Amino acid sequence: MKHVEGEKRGKIMLYAISTCVWCKKVKKLLNSLNVDYYYVDVDLLDGKNKEKAKEEVIRWNSLCSFPTLVINDGDCVVGYDEEEIKRKISNE
Amino acid sequence: MNENRIPEEQIDNLYKKLDKEAEASGYHLNPDEEFTRDLVEGLLVNEERYGYWACPCRLASGEKDKDLDIICPCDYRDPDLNDYDTCYCGLYVSKFVVDGDKELKKIPERRHSEEEREKIKEESESKKIEITKLSKPVWRCKVCGYLCGRDEPPGVCPICKAKKERFEKFLE
Repeated sequence: MKHVEGEKRGKIMLYAISTCVWCKKVKKLLNSLNVDYYYVDVDLLDGKNKEKAKEEVIRWNSLCSFPTLVINDGDCVVGYDEEEIKRKISNE
Repeated sequence: MNENRIPEEQIDNLYKKLDKEAEASGYHLNPDEEFTRDLVEGLLVNEERYGYWACPCRLASGEKDKDLDIICPCDYRDPDLNDYDTCYCGLYVSKFVVDGDKELKKIPERRHSEEEREKIKEESESKKIEITKLSKPVWRCKVCGYLCGRDEPPGVCPICKAKKERFEKFLE
């Protein structure tokens, strides 16, 4: 899990895939918003950690698709949806 | 992603090849070259990592049998092009997107969950129809729907270039 430092807006956790263009767009968006967040590229994890990360994603998004952005362990945005991400982050 | 950096020339070659093949069979690559090249790089990274072109925007299992449906072009590309004018990752888009009449947006994931996929696979095994009067079995390309009656499926689909393993026995 990697940490990108920025302005604290609650706990923001991004589950991504390193080769996914839409996941990269979410990272860029979060960087441009200068928010503090954590991310993990699930495809780069080894067997056990990968399974664990998949289970975490499935709790929020049963299809286990990426990007999955979990906000404050209570809300989630699936896919690159700029407006929704901005709205949910600013609500925190 | 420096550890996976693919040489520009390699990306360029595959980009040109895919573009040529797509246009020859009525498909279109995303005209946003930077975006598309990024996805082509993802395909090459996955080729190195898994040995096949797993979709860059989906989590591959690393077991080819389980990932067949997401080897690019994936089984979901054509229905997604019909319904949303783009494939899931945005590598292939419709003519409307190429002409600028439609905007490219994220689309829902059509692929079922791992659990559902296994259930569906089991069910489809039991639903196979057998017609004994056929002189040859009919094979169907799961990517584009191409059908042919012959003993074995072709090595490469003449329409969409998907490989032999993407064919299913449709009638026998």
